Amino acid sequence: MSRLDVKTRSRVLLLRHLQVFFYSLGQLSRQPMSLFMTAAVIGIALALPTGLHVLLQNAQQISGGWDGAAQISLFLKKSVSDAQAKKLAAKLRRRDDIAGVSYLSREKALQEFQQQSGFGDALKALDKNPLPSVLIVQPALAEGQAQQTAALLEDLRKNQRVDVAQLDMQWVKRLYAIMDIVRRGVIVLAGLLALAVLLVVGNTIRLAIQNRRDEIVVMKLIGGTDAFIRRPFLYTGFWYGFFGALMAFIMVYVALLLLSGPVEKLTALYHNNFELSRLDLSTVLILLLTGVMLGLTGSWLAVGRHLRDIEPG
Amino acid sequence: MIRFSHACKRYSGGYDALTGVSFHMPTGQMAFLTGHSGAGKSTLLKLIALLERPSRGQVFVNGQNLARVSRKRIPFFRRNIGIIFQDHQLLFDRTVFDNVALPLIIAGLPQREIGKRVRASLDKVGLLKKEKVYPITLSGGEQQRVGIARAVVNKPPLLLADEPTGNLDPALSREIMHIFEDFSQVGVTVLVATHDLDLISQLPYRQLSLKGGQLVDDTDPSLQEQAG
Repeated sequence: MSRLDVKTRSRVLLLRHLQVFFYSLGQLSRQPMSLFMTAAVIGIALALPTGLHVLLQNAQQISGGWDGAAQISLFLKKSVSDAQAKKLAAKLRRRDDIAGVSYLSREKALQEFQQQSGFGDALKALDKNPLPSVLIVQPALAEGQAQQTAALLEDLRKNQRVDVAQLDMQWVKRLYAIMDIVRRGVIVLAGLLALAVLLVVGNTIRLAIQNRRDEIVVMKLIGGTDAFIRRPFLYTGFWYGFFGALMAFIMVYVALLLLSGPVEKLTALYHNNFELSRLDLSTVLILLLTGVMLGLTGSWLAVGRHLRDIEPG
Repeated sequence: MIRFSHACKRYSGGYDALTGVSFHMPTGQMAFLTGHSGAGKSTLLKLIALLERPSRGQVFVNGQNLARVSRKRIPFFRRNIGIIFQDHQLLFDRTVFDNVALPLIIAGLPQREIGKRVRASLDKVGLLKKEKVYPITLSGGEQQRVGIARAVVNKPPLLLADEPTGNLDPALSREIMHIFEDFSQVGVTVLVATHDLDLISQLPYRQLSLKGGQLVDDTDPSLQEQAG
């Protein structure tokens, strides 16, 4: 054996790995039903966190625009004249922490209110315009700098022309907090399901080892190392993980396809041209990689535990 | 090649399979190990192949103290021993060729080399034409010869056989023994455990007799001839 040089040895080893790689696939394909069922179980376990992850991504995408929607409405005192209001708007526009200011005069506010609220007739009964003029301030902020917005709000509130300064962002914050909890939940769920996949693969490999007990004994008798005997089982685990991930991909893909119609209808009602995003490439790659790693780890654990128990003699 | 020094084997439960066995087999010798079933033949072979370890005493193979062979090294140690079993221990989901090739694949030989050696080995046991069939279609004698081909394909210096003719008729048994003789003549050390006394009484080789786990007789007709 020592006559073989390193190059030949490594080439032979690579060839053997490839052979076992496809041999284990061939073995599995002889029992397509049991392969399908095991892969389906793994697939469901992987599809749940993957699907939730994609939904969460979509939710983030929808709500992403709302961060910028954090506007501060400055309701000016009724004593402030049109010219004064415009002057204040111009002054605010020069500030660094303000991206833009739009001015809504009392007359315009009244017009809008009449058009949109449906209380137009009720307003006609009043002899004076009850509405104040409003400056809508768009803070110049990067995402998540809630404190800075709060400071700006405080500052604007102190202005003597301002009656009420209102930041309506509380619900966005709450939504983000809820999404954070959901994200944590998905991670915990993914962890538990990963454990389930390990157990499923481990158990399947354990049965495979028991079925091929005689073969293992023969291998050990004629000088097969643990690594050699372990190899086909590891590759079997690999294939289980791979097919499980593939199943998960199909399940999530089909589920998203089924959801996309109703979601489009819903978003159309909100005048929103939102499109449900499908599985992106990186998610698919992570899904496949996770499946394969779980398959390998599960079979590694099973083989490590049970191979030692089988000894010839 | 093989040396036993006061080797004992006590199985859990207190059963003594071997007690104080000592003998030496030089390289290239062929010998029979006889005794009734339960006399300790299989246990003795198992100690040589490191399928069991002695409770007391020592076993040396090829100058190597087997007590010093760690669990990790056992596979590499076994590659130098061809083992033949009464029940062949063939894999029935693989062809004859693949069965015989297994030790070479385990040893990591290149494919070309494997083909050559497997055919040479099958040729030696007269089964060259059966390389593509599955063992289940072969007769008992043919299956045993496949087992022998697998045991020798790696050209091991030591061959162990445990009741290799146990299920065969006398003619086939003689045929199998002739194959062992051939290997012995090219320098392979051969130890055959058998209770087929009729068969081996016709053959001029050393006999180690076990009884109740003890070595009770050690005769070598070839030495007697030389002495006479």
